[in-house]
Amino acid sequence: MHFVVCIKQVPDSAQIRVHPVTNTIMRQGVPTIINPYDLFSLETALRLRDEMGGEVTVLTMGPPSAEDALRKALTYGADRAVLLTDRFFAGSDTLATSYALAQAIRKIGDAWGAPDIVFAGKQTIDGDTAQVGPGIARRLELNQLTYISRVTKVDAEARTVELERRAEGGTQVLSSSLPCLVTMLEGSAEIRRGSMAGALRAARAEITTWSAADAGITDLLKCGLRGSPTVVKRVFAPAPRAEKAKQIEVKAKSRETADDLIEALFEAKPAMQADLEQLAAGL
Amino acid sequence: MKKELPEHFKAYKHVWVMVELERGHVHPVSWELMGEARKLADKLGVDVGAVVIGAPDAGAREAAAESFAYGADVVYLVENPILAEYRNESYTRTLTELVNTYKPEILLLGATNLGRDLAGSVATTLLTGLTADCTELAVDADKSLAATRPTFGGSLLCTIYTLNFRPQMATVRPRVMRMPERHEGRIGRVVEHAVALEEESIVTKVLKFLPDRSSQTSNLAYADVVVAGGLGLQNGENLQLVRALANVLGGEWGCSRPCVQKGWAPAERQIGQTGKTIRPKLYIAAGISGAIQHRVGVEGADLIVAINTDRNAPILDIAHFAVATDAIRFLPALTEAFRARISPHANDRLAG
Ligand SMILES: Cc1cc2nc3c(=O)[nH]c(=O)nc-3n(C[C@H](O)[C@H](O)[C@H](O)COP(=O)(O)OP(=O)(O)OC[C@H]3O[C@@H](n4cnc5c(N)ncnc54)[C@H](O)[C@@H]3O)c2cc1C
Ligand SMILES: Cc1cc2nc3c(=O)[nH]c(=O)nc-3n(C[C@H](O)[C@H](O)[C@H](O)COP(=O)(O)OP(=O)(O)OC[C@H]3O[C@@H](n4cnc5c(N)ncnc54)[C@H](O)[C@@H]3O)c2cc1C
Repeated sequence: MHFVVCIKQVPDSAQIRVHPVTNTIMRQGVPTIINPYDLFSLETALRLRDEMGGEVTVLTMGPPSAEDALRKALTYGADRAVLLTDRFFAGSDTLATSYALAQAIRKIGDAWGAPDIVFAGKQTIDGDTAQVGPGIARRLELNQLTYISRVTKVDAEARTVELERRAEGGTQVLSSSLPCLVTMLEGSAEIRRGSMAGALRAARAEITTWSAADAGITDLLKCGLRGSPTVVKRVFAPAPRAEKAKQIEVKAKSRETADDLIEALFEAKPAMQADLEQLAAGL
Repeated sequence: MKKELPEHFKAYKHVWVMVELERGHVHPVSWELMGEARKLADKLGVDVGAVVIGAPDAGAREAAAESFAYGADVVYLVENPILAEYRNESYTRTLTELVNTYKPEILLLGATNLGRDLAGSVATTLLTGLTADCTELAVDADKSLAATRPTFGGSLLCTIYTLNFRPQMATVRPRVMRMPERHEGRIGRVVEHAVALEEESIVTKVLKFLPDRSSQTSNLAYADVVVAGGLGLQNGENLQLVRALANVLGGEWGCSRPCVQKGWAPAERQIGQTGKTIRPKLYIAAGISGAIQHRVGVEGADLIVAINTDRNAPILDIAHFAVATDAIRFLPALTEAFRARISPHANDRLAG
């Protein structure tokens, strides 16, 4: 079995700044991590490989420094890492990102065998669109299985999978077939700790680094800014609210303070008392 | 980038909403979107189209009728037994075919599991732009959709355009937009569209559907009153104080993200950017600092009360009332005070 896991390197906090003129992210000095949601997919892939045999390839598209994320994935136990990096990819929206990643996955298939399951995270913590997984699935015509809480069965012979998917108001128990694209829900697996041996191996491991041309991407019009139908026109700070909260004076007895607060609320919103009475009565 | 809309896209007209019909139930985000679609369509001088996809049953018909009540002019109705359960493949094919046939200029979907799953694959199939999790939708002077979304944890907003491709697609999270008024008896045109689907060609099968036990699913996003606790409560047991107050108020309880990370509360109780967006009439935040990621999930509340020992906590920038006191001591007193004021019992006393 061949599992390909797409991981994205993201800033380790939301405190990143945007350049006011160019509307681009200023990432300098911000520590980076593997997108936390991707770890659940990576873990699921590693477990399947441990059970069934095969290989896990991790793939990221990003600047050369995204190599750190790949090395981290190798310490967890991934077998191989591919870094897709080229200035042509700068400014990619999700359509362009999924194009580049899909092409790289094709190339990975040519080199080391077609993947049986491609994994992506549910979403990232920076772009946060949840669009790249479905994008890759469509471009590679893989069965698309998102928001999966459990992969219950993978049958390599019959080329089938069974999984549980989070839907509105319940869980869908699904069967589908390989090859497919799966995005795992957070909390769906306990993430292993990287081992010392893994860390040593990762430090020495060779990372396969591909430019657009190396990955067989010839149509540069589909990449980066030019390949992105969305255009970020304006980045701005939200308008602050004019007045601050009104302080309710704290009395010696909490109950008095509580009564004062309730009085102030009912005064500010006269309809509230009736609303609350109805709610409290379970109406 | 300049707007140079290719000739073949110029026929694209009208604003569509994908109505999320699942197991006979329409997700309320669809009606919230219908309200937005109405405003956009009125500005553009076009119609609002509702897409209703499902099995040929009462649920689909009812969803169509409700679409009119919430502001649709036209309903594109696709009924097929194969569409009884949501599956990416059958729904992607159906929605893509509708778009290619009737050519809307704007297509809105809820940023739910269904909506995000479907929007991503439809936009990729159509090779058009898709803006995620918008908090504001508008049309600008040249009639383009200006889709605004928070970025970098809500510290900034950005406005995104899909200038030269159609449809312009966007998703919006539940509760971000206001629920529009419902007009009983409002009607419109139904366009029934047949899609050629064979079960054999749909690879993914739904073997079973396991409904959530009601205790598991909270109505947090849609509650009228929400009481939430944060790290200021010191430990997981003290979240009980929050639950007790919510209970007396007939509301729901929630928490900040660290409470979930510490295992004090299940993930479905988290409020904020990576949790639920709420829009209650009353929101009480106890021991929550009001970090930007929390704030973006609660800003839609009508009235916000902060119980926080720190008079300079950022939550005070959005709260209407604040009590600078120990929440662990204050919450029980507040619970008692509310009980005395609003319990049915207290009401009887007043009436009697
Ligand atoms: C302020 C701002 C707002 C944006 N808004 C939009 C928008 O509304 N619509 C839009 O189309 N684009 C948008 N983008 C662009 C988008 O962030 C990028 O295309 C980004 O590369 C991928 O999107 P994401 O982070 O949302 O990924 P998601 O779709 O949330 O990622 C899902 C999964 O895909 C995989 N994945 C994603 N990126 C990579 C990668 N580089 N390498 C390997 N695997 C990856 C991971 O497994 C990840 O967990 C925005 C960018 C900025 C700066
Ligand atoms: C990508 C990303 C996504 C995130 N998403 C979310 C999200 O969805 N939701 C979310 O909530 N957070 C989210 N966060 C985390 C967020 O940045 C904050 O860390 C978090 O909201 C802080 O939680 P808190 O207010 O409970 O804790 P703290 O920030 O520690 O605040 C505790 C507050 O309690 C007050 N306090 C202390 N003792 C008492 C007392 N006895 N009585 C009353 N008040 C007291 C303190 O003055 C302080 O204001 C996210 C962060 C990132 C990076």
